[in-house]
Amino acid sequence: MSEKVLMKGNEAIAEAAIRSGCRFYFGYPITPQTELAAYMARRMPKIGGVFLQAESEIAAINMVYGVAGTGKRVMTSSSSPGVSLKQEGISYLAGADLPAVIVNVQRGGPGLGGIQPSQSDYFQATKGGGHGDYHLIVLTPDSVQEMADLTGLAFDLADRYRVPAMILADGTMGQMMEPVVLPPERDAAVADKPWAVTGTENKRPHNIINSLYLAPDVLEKTNDERYARYAEIQAKEARWESWMMDDAEYGIVAFGIAARVAKNAVTHLRQNGIKAGLIRPITVWPFPTSAVTGACARVRAMVSVELSMGQMIEDVRLAAEGRCPVTLCSRSGGMIPEPQQIIACVERLAKGGK
Amino acid sequence: MAVVFSKPKSLTDREFHYCPGCPHGIIHRLVAQAIDNLGIEGRTIGIAPVGCAVMAYDYFACDMVEAAHGRAPAVATGIKRALPDRIVFTYQGDGDLASIGMAETVHSAARGENITIIFVNNAIYGMTGGQMAPTSLPGQVTQTSPYGRDVATQGYPIRICELLSSLDGPHFIARVAVNNVKNVNQAAKTIEKAFRNQVEGKGFSLVEVVSACPTNWGMTPSKALAWVSERMIPYYPLGVFKDADEKEDRA
Ligand SMILES: Cc1ncc(C[n+]2csc(CCOP(=O)(O)OP(=O)(O)O)c2C)c(N)n1
Ligand code: SF4
Repeated sequence: MSEKVLMKGNEAIAEAAIRSGCRFYFGYPITPQTELAAYMARRMPKIGGVFLQAESEIAAINMVYGVAGTGKRVMTSSSSPGVSLKQEGISYLAGADLPAVIVNVQRGGPGLGGIQPSQSDYFQATKGGGHGDYHLIVLTPDSVQEMADLTGLAFDLADRYRVPAMILADGTMGQMMEPVVLPPERDAAVADKPWAVTGTENKRPHNIINSLYLAPDVLEKTNDERYARYAEIQAKEARWESWMMDDAEYGIVAFGIAARVAKNAVTHLRQNGIKAGLIRPITVWPFPTSAVTGACARVRAMVSVELSMGQMIEDVRLAAEGRCPVTLCSRSGGMIPEPQQIIACVERLAKGGK
Repeated sequence: MAVVFSKPKSLTDREFHYCPGCPHGIIHRLVAQAIDNLGIEGRTIGIAPVGCAVMAYDYFACDMVEAAHGRAPAVATGIKRALPDRIVFTYQGDGDLASIGMAETVHSAARGENITIIFVNNAIYGMTGGQMAPTSLPGQVTQTSPYGRDVATQGYPIRICELLSSLDGPHFIARVAVNNVKNVNQAAKTIEKAFRNQVEGKGFSLVEVVSACPTNWGMTPSKALAWVSERMIPYYPLGVFKDADEKEDRA
């Protein structure tokens, strides 16, 4: 077994990407994802890879689009304001069915916002973000270990479904140091990608990477085909952790740093005689709808714990299908809910409040 | 019977959608001829812009990528970095290259990316129906400068070759035109050189082609060509603005 090393979350993503065969990284400086780019800048030149500090996030994502078109594994990372700038390119990646991995180490917004951790880009990440009908596969790590593990998974899922994937982390995850077992080194060789632009060598008709379809019926067909893939992803790739949910009367839904605080709260609540549990989405698109729907049939109420003004709660409510009340317990702007806030929220529900 | 004129191999059989008298067709042919002459079709990857030439991906027989508006040099950077032994070119209009994509243009040039850019300057936004471009001339009437481009409020045209040749990054910067046979022949040579530079690993090469848009200039094709010589070329002088080869020769 490989040994544990102590690493920052941002660095764990970078090293895991390299070990997953990614040799191309493009980015533009922004807090709090700085260490990721710095790590790539140090490592890539030593292993024959490319690190390029682009002139903007717009340029960076379009460099990603170029590399992805050649079929090679490629990553970019940023934080909220920068990810907003990438949305045009992300929509083009989705429209051209190109696999790539985008990391968002979220900070508080809107606008320039702040530099403290946040989850307020949930809507942007899970509902499209850019223009047009599309989704990303969105993975939400809650530890440095998962920062590494989900990065490898993101590359694999992106390649398998030809859908760009996003690691939706936050400033805490990026900055925190934890022991991590890094994934083994994998071959950077391109999986079979007959659609890639690599030069025809005068041996095949030309390949075209494109998202333009002026005939509406043809464009609709491409959307239908892509949504068939999305349906398969929804059926097969939703991931979550259920913790203390078997006998839970109160269910908390939380991901990333919020889930870690929520686990602490669940432990305290159980000590106080309130049976609480946690559903932790590991993918937020696809959202673990079945897990939440199932739990809602058994619990008295669900609580969505978030670092936002309440975004994921909409998916929790949809999944609840009216079977149980759903309440929000959140902080925003870079503030992190304390266990005490969550405990108070569940205790209020237990006393019949809202 | 001797064949005296044939289509370059690097063009597909697709019929161009360009307006009658539009120089885009000539410029496509010159690019394809350069690729043919250098024998690089099988290892060339082209990037189409957003603009009238958006469907260039159907016309060039090499592998093609359609980029977002103005982003072609960034896309080309990604492709060239991933496949350094491939020949990567972009084909862009003035709105694409000199307005929305200015940052990508300047920075790919400053980095000296070993790519070839064919920049078609027709002083107007053709595809969207004739709006003012960053290269529209002072006084030029367009849909969005209906009283003529007023430099006091709408600024001055941008001369891309002059701007880029102030940078250390580019290897070769030249401006050509396709308004008469002599200029077309010169353009053919210059475009081929811009591709050969890349084959030889010399670095960033950009050829600005002073073009025309008879449709949105509201002129017949022959009047449009006259306007190129009378108005465009005096503002956008033809020639080589930077050639690092010559600098080396002199040194
Ligand atoms: C982000 C974005 N903004 C605007 C447009 C609309 N648009 C399409 S083509 C074009 C202008 C193209 O003009 P130019 O680059 O000069 O090329 P030409 O059509 O003249 O060859 C614009 C503004 C777009 N497709 N995408
Ligand atoms: S609109 Fe102008 S640039 Fe576009 S195809 Fe027609 S003549 Fe050419």
